[in-house]
Amino acid sequence: MLSADEMEVIALSLRVSAASVVASLPLAIATAWLLARRAFPGKTLFDAFVHLPLVVPPVVVGYVLLLAFGRNGPLGQLLSPLGISFAFRWTGAALASAVMGFPLVVRAIRLSMESIDPRLEAAGRTLGAGPWRVFFTVTLPLAWPGLATGALLGFARGLGEFGATITFVSNIPGETRTLPLAIYGATQVPGGDAQALRLSIVSVAISLAALGISEWLARRRKAEHERA
Amino acid sequence: MLDVDVTVRRGSFGLEARFASDAPIVALFGRSGSGKTTLVESIAGLVRPVRGRIVVDGRTLYDSARGIDLAPEARRVGYVFQEGLLFPHLSVRANLAYGERLVPARERFVDHDRVVSLLGLAPLLSRHPATLSGGEKQRVAIGRALLASPRILLMDEPLAALDAARKSEILQYVELLRDDLKLPIVYVSHAIEEVTRLADSLVVIADGKLVASGPVAELLGRAEVQALEGRYDAGAVIEARVARHDEAFELSVLAFDGGELVVANIDALPGEPVRARIRSRDVSLAIERPRAVSIQNILDATVVSLGGEFGAIVDVRLRVGPTPLTARITRRAAAQLGLAPGVRVFAMVKAVSIDRRSVGFA
Repeated sequence: MLSADEMEVIALSLRVSAASVVASLPLAIATAWLLARRAFPGKTLFDAFVHLPLVVPPVVVGYVLLLAFGRNGPLGQLLSPLGISFAFRWTGAALASAVMGFPLVVRAIRLSMESIDPRLEAAGRTLGAGPWRVFFTVTLPLAWPGLATGALLGFARGLGEFGATITFVSNIPGETRTLPLAIYGATQVPGGDAQALRLSIVSVAISLAALGISEWLARRRKAEHERA
Repeated sequence: MLDVDVTVRRGSFGLEARFASDAPIVALFGRSGSGKTTLVESIAGLVRPVRGRIVVDGRTLYDSARGIDLAPEARRVGYVFQEGLLFPHLSVRANLAYGERLVPARERFVDHDRVVSLLGLAPLLSRHPATLSGGEKQRVAIGRALLASPRILLMDEPLAALDAARKSEILQYVELLRDDLKLPIVYVSHAIEEVTRLADSLVVIADGKLVASGPVAELLGRAEVQALEGRYDAGAVIEARVARHDEAFELSVLAFDGGELVVANIDALPGEPVRARIRSRDVSLAIERPRAVSIQNILDATVVSLGGEFGAIVDVRLRVGPTPLTARITRRAAAQLGLAPGVRVFAMVKAVSIDRRSVGFA
């Protein structure tokens, strides 16, 4: 049914998306907490900057990443002695999808954190817990629904990432050719329609599964509360 | 021992308060929005004063002059919030353990089992906060604060969200804590009957300013404090001792400086000190000793002063021996009886108007 090439594309897509979410989650949590709980000068500007990937053309994001993290980019040169390289590698695809999904992930977590009564955190402090302990024992567990939603949104967004990825790391089979890139490629060659259709069906199926898991998590959470 | 002298600013709201107390329970009394909560939050370290000093049991928690400002977690101040604020994601057991496990074992002076049995928490341990009733939540919240071995317990209107039956239940627990754990308690309330039942010392706040502070019975006789009690609830507090019980009629007789009060049976041994609050509106006056009336308490009193020159209602301040009492009557009644300072009257108080809620154990 699916060829080995196509299986490779699917596996790569899942890996890129999962890696992008896992790697960006700590930063997304920190950003969401800053926006939800702290007042600091330049907060509005910071908020706008976080949301930038939502409104800027993905190609622009990809180009900026290329300038910064490319082999000759300042950050690329800084990281290459550490053995970290993004240029034309699957890690670059993950970086592109992490950046593009970041505002969605932050937004979901932030909304969840804002709905927590800050006085629950104050209660934790009066019981002898420092700010870090309160964050990990009160804020984070209570923000769990937002965390789960944010992670799944980021994952689904990553599966669909096209513009930033192809601009930043090109379309290399086995390395950076994710589902959308493969589908686009198939439509560009004569007789590729069948493959494009198969991959499209797979991509819809994965998205539905992600949605299903998110729904299931939410329901399990609710059931836990009702049982309690 | 609690010693507070702070100025707090919060947006346009300002609070200035200075008081010291070494009573087992000190009540912060005032209307909603008067600054009571801001004051306890500054003691807990949740609000930073602009200047001042907060000392609990000889330990300085805040001192602007010396640059001391302990973090809330370092203050060892137990805080019971109005709505309990239990951690919704943790079981009752885990809520109780939250503060307890953060206290080094050698500094724990509150025994886990004792708190659990004192507050009747054993049957609740494996439940989640969402399934608890209001009263149960508040008991767990008190237990959680206690198990962190605090040096002082702040209770911010812990009964406000509860119905009358639950209120009286929690009040009994608070009395137990006071007598059993010997932990100083700051009790915030706008309900005068809670204050008189529990507290020995009173701090009265209005509009961010300290109105008065001192012993409860002394303060509640004062006009400026009565003005805050509300038209319905204003009254005087009488410090008394249980003289004897009348088993046949299930009554208790309380002896105070100036006379005796008959009330419905209270659960205290003869000789025990109690505090009875008599609302001004429950006191009526007569010039001659009434005969053949159902009223059980007829007290010899002298008019001290008449409050207010306008309106239908007059507060008549009396003395029964040395004990102050206030009667709220109509202006017409005052005129008909010819009341004036120095006039001798008989103050009448129905025994049933002094209910269980108005009598506290001192």
